[in-house]
Amino acid sequence: MAVPQSPSPISQTPAVGRSVPRKDGLGKATGETRYADDLVFPGMLHGRTIRSTIPCGTIRDIRLEFDPAGFTMVDWRDIPGRNVVALLTEDQPCLVEREVRHAAEPVLLLAHENRETLLGAEVRIDYEPRSPLFDPELSAQSFKNILIEKGDLSDGFAKAHVVVEGTYRTGHQEHVYIEPNGIIAVPEDGGITVYGSIQCPYYVHKALVTLLGGAVTRVRVVQTETGGGFGGKEEYPSMLAGHASLLALKAGRPVKIVYDRVEDMQATTKRHPSIVRHRTGLSKDGRLVAMDVEVILDAGAYVTLSPVVLSRGAIHAAGPYRCPNTRIAARAMFTNTPPNGAFRGFGAPQTEFAIEVHMERIAETLGMDSARLRERNALRPGDTTATGQRLGEDCSARQVLREAIRKSGYRRKRKAFAGTDRGIGLSLYYHGSGFTGSGELKLASRASVELTATGVRILTSSTEIGQGTRTMHAQIVADALGIPYEQVDVAQPDTSVVPDSGPTVASRTCMIVGGILERAAREMRERLDGMPPMEYFGHYGPMTVTGQYQQPDWIRWDEEAYRGDAYATYGWGCDVAEVELDRDTWEVRPRRLTVVTDVGKAIHPALATGQIEGGTAQGIGYALLEHVTMRDGLMANAQLTNYIIPTTLDTPRIDVVLLENPYPGGPSGAKGLGELPMDGPAPALVNAIRQLGLDIRTLPALPEAIMEAACASP
Amino acid sequence: MLRDEEGVVPLAGATDLYVSLNFGTLESRRFVNLWGLRPLRHIGMQGDRLVIGALATYTAIIRSRHVQRRLPMLVQASREIGGVQIQNRGTLGGNIANASPAGDTLPVLAAADAVVVLRSAGEERRVRFSDFYTGYRQSQRRPDELISGVEVGPIEGTQWFRKVGTRAAQAISKVVMAAVRSPTPRIALGSVAPTVIRLPRTEAALGSGAGIDAAARILESEIHPIDDLRSTSAYRRSVASNLLRRFWSDSGPG
Amino acid sequence: MRFTLNGVPRDLATHPAARLLDVLREECGLTGTKEGCGEGECGACTVLIDGAAVCSCIIPAAQVEGAEVTTIEGLGTDHPLARAFMDEVGAQCGICTPGMIMAAVTLGPRPSLEKVRTGLAGNLCRCTGYEAIYRAIRKPPVAL
Repeated sequence: MAVPQSPSPISQTPAVGRSVPRKDGLGKATGETRYADDLVFPGMLHGRTIRSTIPCGTIRDIRLEFDPAGFTMVDWRDIPGRNVVALLTEDQPCLVEREVRHAAEPVLLLAHENRETLLGAEVRIDYEPRSPLFDPELSAQSFKNILIEKGDLSDGFAKAHVVVEGTYRTGHQEHVYIEPNGIIAVPEDGGITVYGSIQCPYYVHKALVTLLGGAVTRVRVVQTETGGGFGGKEEYPSMLAGHASLLALKAGRPVKIVYDRVEDMQATTKRHPSIVRHRTGLSKDGRLVAMDVEVILDAGAYVTLSPVVLSRGAIHAAGPYRCPNTRIAARAMFTNTPPNGAFRGFGAPQTEFAIEVHMERIAETLGMDSARLRERNALRPGDTTATGQRLGEDCSARQVLREAIRKSGYRRKRKAFAGTDRGIGLSLYYHGSGFTGSGELKLASRASVELTATGVRILTSSTEIGQGTRTMHAQIVADALGIPYEQVDVAQPDTSVVPDSGPTVASRTCMIVGGILERAAREMRERLDGMPPMEYFGHYGPMTVTGQYQQPDWIRWDEEAYRGDAYATYGWGCDVAEVELDRDTWEVRPRRLTVVTDVGKAIHPALATGQIEGGTAQGIGYALLEHVTMRDGLMANAQLTNYIIPTTLDTPRIDVVLLENPYPGGPSGAKGLGELPMDGPAPALVNAIRQLGLDIRTLPALPEAIMEAACASP
Repeated sequence: MLRDEEGVVPLAGATDLYVSLNFGTLESRRFVNLWGLRPLRHIGMQGDRLVIGALATYTAIIRSRHVQRRLPMLVQASREIGGVQIQNRGTLGGNIANASPAGDTLPVLAAADAVVVLRSAGEERRVRFSDFYTGYRQSQRRPDELISGVEVGPIEGTQWFRKVGTRAAQAISKVVMAAVRSPTPRIALGSVAPTVIRLPRTEAALGSGAGIDAAARILESEIHPIDDLRSTSAYRRSVASNLLRRFWSDSGPG
Repeated sequence: MRFTLNGVPRDLATHPAARLLDVLREECGLTGTKEGCGEGECGACTVLIDGAAVCSCIIPAAQVEGAEVTTIEGLGTDHPLARAFMDEVGAQCGICTPGMIMAAVTLGPRPSLEKVRTGLAGNLCRCTGYEAIYRAIRKPPVAL
């Protein structure tokens, strides 16, 4: 399935640093680009998932109250391999055997040629319900504990002039990729091929190999054009692909399962709700001397990715600040709710919301200007983080802070807004690029460049999900080879064709995988020895160069003690938010967001800006609009009518400034940027609301909560 | 057809009914498609009455000079329903027949003392809007009748409208209010009771010269908001009271 | 059911209550119009009926009888808006783009930012924060 190429004139100027035409721009603008639900296969059946309707209990009986003619049915007994969705641990079943641990847990799969007939099938499940657990603070089962310690906490508190405490909470957030989850499984050649809306084809591959065992000799996973991911298609597609594959193998025919919006919102992963408690000691002149942080995440019913979300959340929990004595104790707790999972930011939006609102309260307590408090405590090159990582010149905390203050007119407006219905607030934040600690080493990602008759093709399992993977990788490879951008092609991520470059997550696709591709392209250039690629291909035939991840030799990480270099580098950001309060309705209207980010190098300035703008809008929704109402452990407002994301009339003007303080280990100095913009908007908005005299410590800050805060304040 | 067959549901712009049908939450299986009934689209003046056909879309209402002159608060309400796509298909008759307590045009029609015109095979009858709803999603429309339109007489005074939704566009209202300032003020609210309601005691208080504080207290006891997926009773009560004050100060002298 | 689709007269035997969205995507094979929610909230399914933007997921097929329906495919591959979306990177994942463009087509030439915001309030985008979409739509003179 070829990606329609955007036609443009051949050019020789370097591609990196220019906003070249997207590789996939034309097809997306004309409607020609095909997504999972646009594909049909001969003999295809539609699939449907029958799910539990209680959050906790045992299944006693399942009654099929429909005519089974023409139906294919699958339950856990049909699983040829192991009934697990293999990820970090193997605790999550692909289909329930007897024990139900959350509402909407998959029990039975049905397929039929006719969608109406399929949707009309009634299934009755009898349960022996048990009392569900919904409160993570009452849960006795922790999926992961992390302890980060630096210095001597009690010594720090002993020296503190002022101690400030606070508790901060965030709720679920739903991704709302506009394209719901969808997979088509096609049985062929003794194996199975899966096409779908997938961020990580090799995750799906691994899960299917475990699930299907000896029933298949081959597993092939192909990513179709994906209409948004944001982390929501990192792990869940493994489950969905398993379901479609089981049906397809039993029926001997292709099976397509595409979720409608309600099922997608109810059954798939969401951002982990959090409770973060801070106890902080400050010196008389406002320096942080002791930070004691407790982080609790609501993991849901199975482990999935919670340990890693917890890890990133914990590492970022102390904020972009220098403090000699720090303790962060974090845990991810079981509850009888659908498992939570990856969502852009991955734990950091939660913990950075907490620290930034906490810093604002500290500024108030000290009677200090909040920008000055940030300035005084912001990490500098040579400082160490909470895990003891010494930062280099690529640390830009103060640069982004100063530029955001300047550009937004923060100080002038702070004075001008005092006593009015307008408020201005800021947040300082950072985001580690790539997998934590030894994660990248373990992934051992690989990516290739190969010669073709028309130039060069990139082979990587990194997926395009809107963020510009194809385009950005092609720019990097083109420049490394010294050939025009137009001559670089990108293969569709197909596990039978491309190597495992690791998942498309963790803001690693440019810095890590782009870096691998850059080295591979440079090696190819040496071997070409001055001959143009197409000429070489004509003379000598194909050549493929595969690069593998090389960890920078200075990285030291102790997984047991949770100390050392957590990330190779960090992106940095500072947001300034202006809001206006309507005191009749308690609605907070964002008027402007100024977002200053250091991304190391903007490989494609328009794409980089677009990522920052989009992440900022998602952060605005997280802060002010997006609330998941859970009833009996299930999302009760699972329709776009009732789960509110920002429209064009809800988003303000967003002013983005891209600073470039390079990370030497990244291609052209690039750092990760995909998740960075998610960390800033919510605390900046809440801190703007604080200027109005409203003490908000929970997200989302809905008008109902604002009203309560207004009645509570004098 | 409506007279002779049971369980047939009239369908116009489909922006509400059809969603329920596709979600599987609608019992009905048989519909009569009204979309082609051109006469029901008409908007015009008959004598001193503004007549709006039941099939007038929100877009047509927004563009109509007659409505802009006679009932500008209906133009305002129509602009805040959904987005452009919904405005191009949704109809006034549909909003009335759907009988949601949150229907955005309903407080306008209530405050305007509109008259609903109902047609059946045998006759045409008129029902005052304030009598039209008899309970939660229940109205005086008989199964064999269609809403053919509404009529609005001259309105003395300043019109005022405010919708408080879950976001700035494409939102279901949490509180929606329409009001007319005159020696006999009229105030109608949606989303604070099982149907759209007028506030006779609040109106009487304001009309007899009671202060706005007293009137706001009466309003708070005249409404019955609930907690639901979209908002809370406490919020609705407080905001409705604030809206009354805003109406009074916006429409006051000077 | 007789209607005109992208300028071509069509005569389809289809269930009158079928969603126009499904008729377009399945019976007519035009998959450029997308389903994002099925409830008329996201606008990804936007098409034009007699020049007006509507959500095709909530149009019963019977109601396009005699009407002119235009989908993204009807704009062709060289439409000024398609060019503008490419130039300004108005599409990231692209799933909202056909619906966005169909709504934008009705805005007329050189719309103000306010007119664009209001005209697109029924089209949800999760990738762009809308800014690049404004840049795209406000860039060229929009040909109707």
